[in-house]
Amino acid sequence: MDTSGKAYWHAVLKLIGVHLFIWALVSYGFGIVFAPALNNIHLGGYPLGFWFAHQGSMYIFIALIFVFAKLMGNLDKKFNVNEQ
Amino acid sequence: MELQTLTYLVVGLTFAIYIGIAVWARAGSTSDFYVAGGGVPPVMNGMATAADWMSAASFISMAGLISNMGYGGGLFLMGWTGGYVLMAMLLAPYLRKFGKFTVPSFVAERFYSNGASAVAVVCLLTMSITYIIGQMTGVGVTFARFLGVTNEMGIYIGMAIVFAYAVFGGMKGITYTQVAQYIVLISAYTIPAVFISFQLTGNPIPQLGLGSGLSGQDISMLARLDQVVTDLGFGKYTTTTAGSTLNMFVYTISLMIGTAGLPHVIIRFFTVPTVAAARSSAGWALVFIAILYTTAPAVAAMARLNLHSTINSAAKSGGDMYAADASLVHAERPDWMKRWETTGLLKWQDKNNDGRIQYYNDKTKNQAVLDKAAAAGWAGSELTVNADIIVLANPEIALLPNWVIALVAAGGVAAALSTAAGLLLAISSAFSHDLLKKIWMPNLSEKGELRAGKIAMACAIVVAGWLGLNPPGFAAGTVALAFGIAASSIFPVLMMGIFNKKMNKEGAIAGMIAGISITLFYVFAHKGIFFIKGTDFLGLIGGANSFFGITPEAFGTIGALTNFLVAYVVSKFTPECPEHIQHLVEDVRTPRGSKIIGGAH
Repeated sequence: MDTSGKAYWHAVLKLIGVHLFIWALVSYGFGIVFAPALNNIHLGGYPLGFWFAHQGSMYIFIALIFVFAKLMGNLDKKFNVNEQ
Repeated sequence: MELQTLTYLVVGLTFAIYIGIAVWARAGSTSDFYVAGGGVPPVMNGMATAADWMSAASFISMAGLISNMGYGGGLFLMGWTGGYVLMAMLLAPYLRKFGKFTVPSFVAERFYSNGASAVAVVCLLTMSITYIIGQMTGVGVTFARFLGVTNEMGIYIGMAIVFAYAVFGGMKGITYTQVAQYIVLISAYTIPAVFISFQLTGNPIPQLGLGSGLSGQDISMLARLDQVVTDLGFGKYTTTTAGSTLNMFVYTISLMIGTAGLPHVIIRFFTVPTVAAARSSAGWALVFIAILYTTAPAVAAMARLNLHSTINSAAKSGGDMYAADASLVHAERPDWMKRWETTGLLKWQDKNNDGRIQYYNDKTKNQAVLDKAAAAGWAGSELTVNADIIVLANPEIALLPNWVIALVAAGGVAAALSTAAGLLLAISSAFSHDLLKKIWMPNLSEKGELRAGKIAMACAIVVAGWLGLNPPGFAAGTVALAFGIAASSIFPVLMMGIFNKKMNKEGAIAGMIAGISITLFYVFAHKGIFFIKGTDFLGLIGGANSFFGITPEAFGTIGALTNFLVAYVVSKFTPECPEHIQHLVEDVRTPRGSKIIGGAH
């Protein structure tokens, strides 16, 4: 396995990319651009697009940060660059 | 007990708690004053960061704006929370590894130039002052209501108190005081929301109540609200966007990247013990912020429905709101309306002389609504409600017990004071330390530095208070402008400093100047030069929102793009970034070898 700084940085950028994609999808995608279409679906009394803009994206943001922190921790250990 | 007495009592009590904790924490240890995160568990640190972050704009103003805007107001919710994701992934861990205390000192070292640092300080000062104008607007509203005086008087009194609080600001920076502030603030926000949600929907959890059915009726809360507001000629609550979809999109980006570029928030992640902790502590901060932010949309929608049903008895039941006896008789209006009338933020003008209050959108383009209003003898909307009063008035509108109303006043005061004081401290240290001491007058004594800092603070508060008398918008809107300025200047320079190791000082300086200049130009065109009334120059840019319909609050995104673009182009035509800086950047990218940042700068 390539454990150089370059390979680590590539792995980091990939991880950031995946998480930022989800981040953008739930807020800009579901919450704004696709909101009118999603509003045809209802979540209880909530139109779904409205729910993403006013509630859902925030819950997903929190989950994203903790998952990212965990995966980055694993990555640091795998490439042996973690803090001791 | 009388409401006024009770309010004084609760506000006084919360202050006694803050001061008590400050004294107790001080006696415990003075040494970890700076390394706030050092001995504090990450959860506590998260609460303290949340208290620092949630200002008058979040607490007092945001739900009111959402209440007015409906769905489009979601941009504040997504924008002001989504930035923490960027912070946790893109900035906090690397800045922590870099090991500098302030944004200007990061810029000075990474871009090997005091010039770049000076430009960063100027951007930071512009941003902070704009931010404080928004805070002063909120402070004015709180004190006006709290002391029963006019809004102007409220601002003058607020200025004096904020100044005293910041100068003798021993309370600031002590994590446990901020934890206490957070608890006061969040209880003040959520308790009335729980009451109101239960009253309206039978579900005590506001986040669920917002999506529930109305008590005793076969219709959801939001569906009824949609029906009421559209009947009165307002835009449909669950679908009205903030301007165009494009505007809402870039507005949200501007708030998100502005959040990630706010110096007084970033600084909290400099002081956590490890790089790994920098990543997760942003998550904890967001958890505590989200408790308020997910409650806010419920507060907004429910306050709107309650307001309409107070003014119009047919609103809640879905009856005919244009019926002759549906509108509220002015002489029988509830006490809270009288209380807010003294502040001048709620006004009634009997246009059709029938002694009743009619509240609807008389500027609607919907002819059916205008016809119905005309047929009912309505001669225009008679009530003006300042959006900034909604949260403070909310428990009064719902006729909640007096202690809840008093608690909300205490929360408003805590939110406004803590953030305003924090910003003033940021201004004073940026001016006296980063600018005067480091660049202009290296021989300045420590005493002189302190004095310069206090003078800067006094100037900032006078300017912000004066501009706050004629604010460029509602508190949250003004604060959004500050985020645009941070988005266009600070965020890009930090990003390029970490993710583009070839970025050089020429690029960084040119980028910051271009980004902030174009943003300020667009903002000042709408709001007046340095927000002074009457100096706007809309004609020059071809009318309001002339750039693809983008509002000045949302323009930070365009500023940031300009910043990135200019920086990139300039860096290609200027000498390359020195070798040792490139190595430094590579080192910053891995967590190993991070040092505890201790003591002073």
